[in-house]
Amino acid sequence: MTINFEIPENIQQAAQMVRYIAETTMRPYSRELDENEHARPTAFTEAMWPILSGQQQASLTKIEKQLEAQKNGDVAVKSDTKTRPSNHYLSMMYMVEILSWGDAGIYLCLPNSALGGFAVEAVGTPEQKLRLLRRFAEGEPSWGAMAMTEPNAGSDTSAIQTTAVFDEATNEWVLNGEKIFCTSGGLALDESDGLVIVWATVDRDAGRAGMKPFVVEAGTPGATVVKAEKKHGIRASDTVSIAFNDARIPADNVLGSPEVHTDKGTKGFKGAMATFDASRPLVASGALGIGRAAVEFVKEKFDEAGIEIPYGAPYHKLTAVQRDFMEMEAQLKAAYLLTLRSIVMLDEGTSNPLEASMAKVKAGKAITWVTQKAVELLGMMGYSREHLAEKWMRDAKINDIYEGTGQINTLIVARRLLGYTRNELA
Amino acid sequence: MVSFTPTEDQQLLVDTIRRYADKNIRPAAHDVDEAEAPDMDVIQAGWQLGLIPSALPEELGGFGDMSAISGAMIAEELAFGDLSVAMHLLAPSLLAYPVTLFGTAAQRESLLPAFLEEEFTAATAAFLEPGMMFDPRAMQTTATPSGDGVKLNGVKACVPLADESRALLVYARNAESGDIEAYIVPDDTPGLLIQEREKLMGLRALPTFRVKFEDAQVPVSAKLGGAVGIDIQTILNRQNVALGALAVGVARAAFEYAREYAKERVQFGKAIAQNQSIAFMLAEMAIEVDATRLMVWESAWMLDQGQDATREAYLARQYADKMVLTVTDSGVQTLGGYGFIREYPAERWLRNGRGFPTFDGLAIL
Repeated sequence: MTINFEIPENIQQAAQMVRYIAETTMRPYSRELDENEHARPTAFTEAMWPILSGQQQASLTKIEKQLEAQKNGDVAVKSDTKTRPSNHYLSMMYMVEILSWGDAGIYLCLPNSALGGFAVEAVGTPEQKLRLLRRFAEGEPSWGAMAMTEPNAGSDTSAIQTTAVFDEATNEWVLNGEKIFCTSGGLALDESDGLVIVWATVDRDAGRAGMKPFVVEAGTPGATVVKAEKKHGIRASDTVSIAFNDARIPADNVLGSPEVHTDKGTKGFKGAMATFDASRPLVASGALGIGRAAVEFVKEKFDEAGIEIPYGAPYHKLTAVQRDFMEMEAQLKAAYLLTLRSIVMLDEGTSNPLEASMAKVKAGKAITWVTQKAVELLGMMGYSREHLAEKWMRDAKINDIYEGTGQINTLIVARRLLGYTRNELA
Repeated sequence: MVSFTPTEDQQLLVDTIRRYADKNIRPAAHDVDEAEAPDMDVIQAGWQLGLIPSALPEELGGFGDMSAISGAMIAEELAFGDLSVAMHLLAPSLLAYPVTLFGTAAQRESLLPAFLEEEFTAATAAFLEPGMMFDPRAMQTTATPSGDGVKLNGVKACVPLADESRALLVYARNAESGDIEAYIVPDDTPGLLIQEREKLMGLRALPTFRVKFEDAQVPVSAKLGGAVGIDIQTILNRQNVALGALAVGVARAAFEYAREYAKERVQFGKAIAQNQSIAFMLAEMAIEVDATRLMVWESAWMLDQGQDATREAYLARQYADKMVLTVTDSGVQTLGGYGFIREYPAERWLRNGRGFPTFDGLAIL
């Protein structure tokens, strides 16, 4: 191996295509969708659906072939994860960065299995994958979602109160409780034949060990979208509350083992946490896209105003505005490189929870600051809703909050650095 | 393919220097700082690692690996040991590397073999100037064409090892063209006046000097690069990356020490690291050290690829200058009262860390 920062040609080419989609189906609608909060980005979803459903189809075909091969006793066929291209996550990082550059709220409306798919891919059986993910491969656009947060369980996910009780008479799980802040939950349950992965406890006394992911499909009686949030930023993204009142789902809609292994600790919970190793760097990637949009816009306005950025000039010769702009660039670069490192580790198959949280901490904080600074530097051009800078600032802030707040991720970094358990560093 | 894994050779190099830093540099770092004098056994042991020869051209007996990434790794590990020692050991490169990069065949052949010798061979460059508002592209030191050569006039500051170097690389502004040029000035040149040793906030084990030039005449053959001269931007870029790497080394030392201290120091019945206020400070330190290293590596990689690294190297240096101050300050803060006591290393790292924005010309790769 050798240290190398060269982004592979094929990713650069794909990035050009994604940029075109961002320029034509996202940017032109950014303001309109921000002002009309619960309208849908149809130009974007219609452009993306054929691509994403095609990818899902290919992935399902692979699973079918494996099942077939297993039936025939052919063990030579490699598993899905092993045939995955070695720059899978790097491609995703670039795609997410550019789509967020286009519009971070619209990006979150990608018609695919999303975080729900992450969970199914991570712990589902091949049969479950084929049955549950088919809807993301054909027909009309469908959305997947994940519901973890509850009114009294935010960062402390172990405090969830939603219950799942098995009804042997009907061979069904019965869900009761309320989930909030569920991204694309309305799109998944009300506006498509989608699904939501709902985290519920089968045994409140068992703590984390009792937490299991359940698949709630669109049309499930008793699973109702009760509220669409009005937000500071990413207004184009669909954020809902879902109430579960005796919502009945098939027995086979639990992911992983339904048994509570208190002796083994927190396997299901750990399964949820492991998805953060991938999702946190990808959230950081999204933050980078917003940051780049802001930096580019400021640069464009500086160019028009004849303000130069003299790289190499002594620090004491720089104006305050030049210093601010360079600091924006440097912060963005620092966040980018930490994210890139955590992504490359995913592609290499190296354990990365420390690096993933580092990237998330840095990107969340840096891009929040970068976009706030952009509004300041641009004066009324920054503050006015005539331009997008103020929107990017509002969109950026969520990156320091979701997928683990900056503080939760800092806590994870600290525990890992110090070799402390959650009890030693609470 | 993007990768952050060093080559096997680089890893071997890093491991070797880390052992040297742990075994030789660190145990002596406190005493040499107090004594304001280098420990020449430590310097000689470091010289034996052959760090400078590895970058020198093969045809002259070196190993021809003028890799900026390798250079950045070397600088970080040495500075992790101690910044004074790092700058002492690397002072000869202030002459050797620009000569390797820009020297004429005659200059390379006459100057570079000295750095392949067994004994530490001092050499240096005079770059910085005294006072505020130093601007490398508008230096006050001038080279005025005169007869068959130039006359140098001006004052340079913070010139390491000036008293023992056989030759100095002197950067000056051509009084006629305004270009920044570099001249190889032998130590016995009339008009070259080595002034008293400087007393600095940090770098106390590194002898640095004011150097005056009063009509110091050097022949035209002393101009580095001959008629072509040097590309000052390349020099500045390679300085910025080197200083960034040294800053990462100093900051990492401060972070690691603070982390271990915080785990051992018990107050209110538990390790102070078990308080979020301390733990979060440590986490921030680690994140910033890592981010800066990646910025340094990226700009070093660009240099090695032959790309224009001006922007990246400059941003990395600025970032590193700020980072090393914050991290070394947090190091002192973590130790509380002990952070303020010179028996402990934290305050030394803060004194050394504070200097980075000022250290122009004190390192190159």
